Amino acid sequence: MNTVESLKYFIPELILLVGAFFVFTIDFFVKNKRIVSGLTLLTLTLSLCFVKQPETALPLFYDFFHLDNFAHFFRYFALIAVFITLLLSYSYTPIRNQYEGEFYGLFLFMAFALILVATANNLLMIFLSVEFLSLLSYLLVGFLKNDRKAKEAAIKYLLFGSVCSAIMLYGMSLAYGASGSLELSTIGNTFFFAPFKPLALVAMLFFLVGLGFKISMAPFHMWAPDVYEGAPTPVTAFLSVAPKALGFAILFRIMAVGFLSLGRPPSLILTALSMLTMTLGNITAISQNNMKRFLAYSSIAQAGYILMGLAVLSKLGKESILIYLLAYLFTNLGAFAVAILVEEKTGNEDLAAFSGLSQRSPVTAAMMAVFLLSLAGIPPLAGFIGKYYVFAAALQAKFIMLAVIAAINSVVAAYYYFRIVRLMYLTPASGPVFSAAPKSITVVLCLTLVVVLAMGIFPSFFLDRILS
Amino acid sequence: MDMLSLIIKFGIYGTMALALIAAIAVVTLRNLFHSALCLAAVLIATAMIYAAFHADFLAAAQILLYVGAVMTLIIFAIMLTEQLGSKTIRQTNRQNLAALAGLLVFVVILGRVIFKTPWPVTEKALASKVTVMELGKAFMGPYVFPFEVISIILIAALLGAVVIAKKDR
Repeated sequence: MNTVESLKYFIPELILLVGAFFVFTIDFFVKNKRIVSGLTLLTLTLSLCFVKQPETALPLFYDFFHLDNFAHFFRYFALIAVFITLLLSYSYTPIRNQYEGEFYGLFLFMAFALILVATANNLLMIFLSVEFLSLLSYLLVGFLKNDRKAKEAAIKYLLFGSVCSAIMLYGMSLAYGASGSLELSTIGNTFFFAPFKPLALVAMLFFLVGLGFKISMAPFHMWAPDVYEGAPTPVTAFLSVAPKALGFAILFRIMAVGFLSLGRPPSLILTALSMLTMTLGNITAISQNNMKRFLAYSSIAQAGYILMGLAVLSKLGKESILIYLLAYLFTNLGAFAVAILVEEKTGNEDLAAFSGLSQRSPVTAAMMAVFLLSLAGIPPLAGFIGKYYVFAAALQAKFIMLAVIAAINSVVAAYYYFRIVRLMYLTPASGPVFSAAPKSITVVLCLTLVVVLAMGIFPSFFLDRILS
Repeated sequence: MDMLSLIIKFGIYGTMALALIAAIAVVTLRNLFHSALCLAAVLIATAMIYAAFHADFLAAAQILLYVGAVMTLIIFAIMLTEQLGSKTIRQTNRQNLAALAGLLVFVVILGRVIFKTPWPVTEKALASKVTVMELGKAFMGPYVFPFEVISIILIAALLGAVVIAKKDR
């Protein structure tokens, strides 16, 4: 489809871009940054209103923007993730004093970058969009530039990310050389010929390095704890959810279109990596004392569970990834909202700040308990539905060993999630009762709590919409 | 094979070897300034390889942007920060032997794969030459979307760089 015809399907993205430039301009003239923050929310809401489900897959802009149902789901996902993150940042004090307007504007670009990743269908757009996403992530991690930890985290993230993308780029050059085309589908067809199989396997491994970094898959997860700890907390919340989800989206597309012909080996490699990722994440999470590091390792472990859905590469596997990601989006952002609230009230990022939370703020403690139980996969919460589907996908494809390891891991995970619950309810409080929470955090908490409960109690409502 | 094509072939392999040796020098030399000069050599050699493969525009852009702008900037940065110019730094850590072993295994596997793969090289592909005008038309035609996306990426990067580099109010 040519450029002019494509534009009418591209309205949400255009709104995002125009909104971003408008925010940057307005930020010059306006002293009251509440107006700027209101504008970003307005832009995102408008963009959400114009998102329309495509009837068939639309090859927009000569197929450089491939809008199908899969991409459509992630369009919503990206916009909601950015929306919630912005709400969280409004009541995060360290951001307030530093280039607040630029921070919000960059997040609008971030939403655009996320959508680009979801719609990328050829090597050029995959590389461009993933790099765009990484570039913005490095920036946002180092945004509090006077904070030593943030600086260290940003540099580490940048170095690690650059090496991983360079390796992925080399893999792309191999795939392009063999097929003579940037299109994933042409590359996939080329790899059906037996002489190309060894090369395809090598190229696939290189792709796994580049995107494994984005989804914090072991053994490319080393950056995650330091970056999550050093970044401003709302950015950490965002990084643990959105870039990871989009990493899974693009990895699934590459595996399903480009490397389908390889048959069994990719599944086996992904199975091994999935087991490694969840085990490493869970075992290391047990001994953490900092809340952000704790959630970082927990999110590495969660990536391991989602990898189960990717490893089986079936229709159910794809659906399980989407369901898990949606449940994880609301659960993890909810948990981070509580973490930000506690950090704001106590000025402390340690787990110790949570001790006796049930006496200091009973509602917050109860909400945190719900989010933690959902992360642990306890029914009837959203996390359970996600876990149920990835296990179902693994069992349907006869990956019994993988399911057993994942089950053992879930038990370990339950142990450390319950540790926080115990800390909140069974240890004496160490400080005064919390004053009222900021409005934006209250909104996020209520929204995420409702979705986490609703997804667990009325799963069919969400499943119908995701799977249609 | 006539004399000329033989010379060209040797020339190309020689340039590739030069690029490789200079690249190794970049990561092994102890003096930062020498490393930077070697990096410039790598970039020039790469531009020569592009030129040899008929990618004229790419070669020119490589010389203009990387050798002309980026390298000058790096060398200036090193010379302006005095302590860096004369300092010698070890570029390896204690795991260098293990890394070297891993690298050798990797190179052997990759080499085998590359030599076994029947690369689709055709006469037509070898003779094809992309002119600057065709490139421009492609950027404004089918490739307009990635082209515009790159400009947005650059703006975002620019804004971010300003935020990070600016002095606090």
